[in-house]
Amino acid sequence: MTAHTLPEIGTIEPNQHGYRSFSLGKFAFARDEYFAYIQWPKGHHLMPVDAFLRALQRDIAWGFFYGTVNFDAVIGTLNHYGTVDLFAGRYNAHYRKAGLDYVETFKTPLIQRVFEAMLDDWTNATFDPFASPAETGSAFGPKNGHNKEAITRHRVTARRMVGAPGDEPRRADDNGFPVNRGFVDVPQDEPDVKPEPGFEDEVVAFNLLAYLSRSDVTWNPSVVSVCKNSLYCPTTEEYILPIIHGNDRVEWFVQLSDEIHWEVEDRETGAARARVTMKPGDVAAMPADIRHRGFAPKRSMLLVWENASPELPALISQGKLPTNPVQF
Amino acid sequence: MRQYFTRFGSLERYEKGGVEVINDDPKNYVFSNIFEVASKSKPYEKVAVGKNLEYVIEAIRAEGTSEWRAPGHDEFALVMDGEVEIRLMKLDNPSVVPPGTQGSIALKGTPAGRKMGVVRTRRGHMTLLPVGAAYQFHANRPGVVLLQTIAGNGTIERWGDICQK
Ligand SMILES: [Fe+2]
Repeated sequence: MTAHTLPEIGTIEPNQHGYRSFSLGKFAFARDEYFAYIQWPKGHHLMPVDAFLRALQRDIAWGFFYGTVNFDAVIGTLNHYGTVDLFAGRYNAHYRKAGLDYVETFKTPLIQRVFEAMLDDWTNATFDPFASPAETGSAFGPKNGHNKEAITRHRVTARRMVGAPGDEPRRADDNGFPVNRGFVDVPQDEPDVKPEPGFEDEVVAFNLLAYLSRSDVTWNPSVVSVCKNSLYCPTTEEYILPIIHGNDRVEWFVQLSDEIHWEVEDRETGAARARVTMKPGDVAAMPADIRHRGFAPKRSMLLVWENASPELPALISQGKLPTNPVQF
Repeated sequence: MRQYFTRFGSLERYEKGGVEVINDDPKNYVFSNIFEVASKSKPYEKVAVGKNLEYVIEAIRAEGTSEWRAPGHDEFALVMDGEVEIRLMKLDNPSVVPPGTQGSIALKGTPAGRKMGVVRTRRGHMTLLPVGAAYQFHANRPGVVLLQTIAGNGTIERWGDICQK
């Protein structure tokens, strides 16, 4: 099968555990009670199925995101914005050295379709891949229903600013966003907005921290304000970032509350480069040649700041832009 | 149910994390702290704490009354500490901001225009500073604003002073 023909979306008959198997190009995916199994022409791999589904959920919801979404040290995707590489061992120095790495490129709608079908079939009614582990049930066991509502949440992408007329709404109890248990002490006061007559639509403000305190998901950057290609994508974090994000451009973090620990590795090989500890008010860049994974001991608020300019990945990979944002 | 305590920073009380290098240069991470930067700034200095090509985020110490400024595009002011009043004015003559202006320009005195309104903001509040309008900040006590904008007139870059080396 070539990468550009439409494959069967998955086996019709479920396996003995009740789950369908899927194929994409020369990759094959299967699950049982505890694990997701990934096979490619030169090797095979397995991941705990809860970790696999958390990674898969984010890869799909973010449209394959900026750069590399490593599910773990072996499996992942690289976004070419129109096509997507699915890889095994490609960004793992040891698999590379052993010649066991493998990459196949797919048109985005094709890989999206297969990933969505797999996420839907493999996510049981008890499991929410976006929730923190303390706020969801088990991913394990034989097939047990679906959780369509959890895996097809609306992705927030403000066009100007959350709360602006016609834009993404604020969150409140009565639109389904109660304050999260980790943020019950976060003040819910709204700014005192006093427009003069006729300027009601142009004098706009909202409480970002209250908005974030009502997020029902973890590790899910979503756009709240837009200055051309400069996007504020804050997110609430608890436990472990379910992917290891490899940058194709510089990305910035502003820690708004509490604390996150980052492990930073070389994007190509996985070699350790640094640990970054971020406390409230701390600002740090993630260079364009690294990958990073965050650890949040308590639910915390992180402002992820992105430059969405489409020309950046090419400029950086061709060496026309430095991989770090500021020289001093 | 367990009661969690959420930690925020302030000018008076902040604690910094940092970069621990394994095989790297800490300067690659351009690591600073907004409250530390603002605690050492003059009122309304626009100190870049993040930069991604033309785009910046600026830490601004809000203290007293600022000059009027007018942006070439939407900007967003997020209050990180204190209480800040944001005054907005629709410019009678929007062409005082040259086309293509990046960031904002300072205006002399109070610009001619119609009052659009006032927003009284506290920590966590984000306000749209719309293109076509001028804005002025006022804070009775020192506070901190994080501004999402483009590097321009008035943007200060002093990375060597603010970042971990
Ligand atoms: Fe990231």
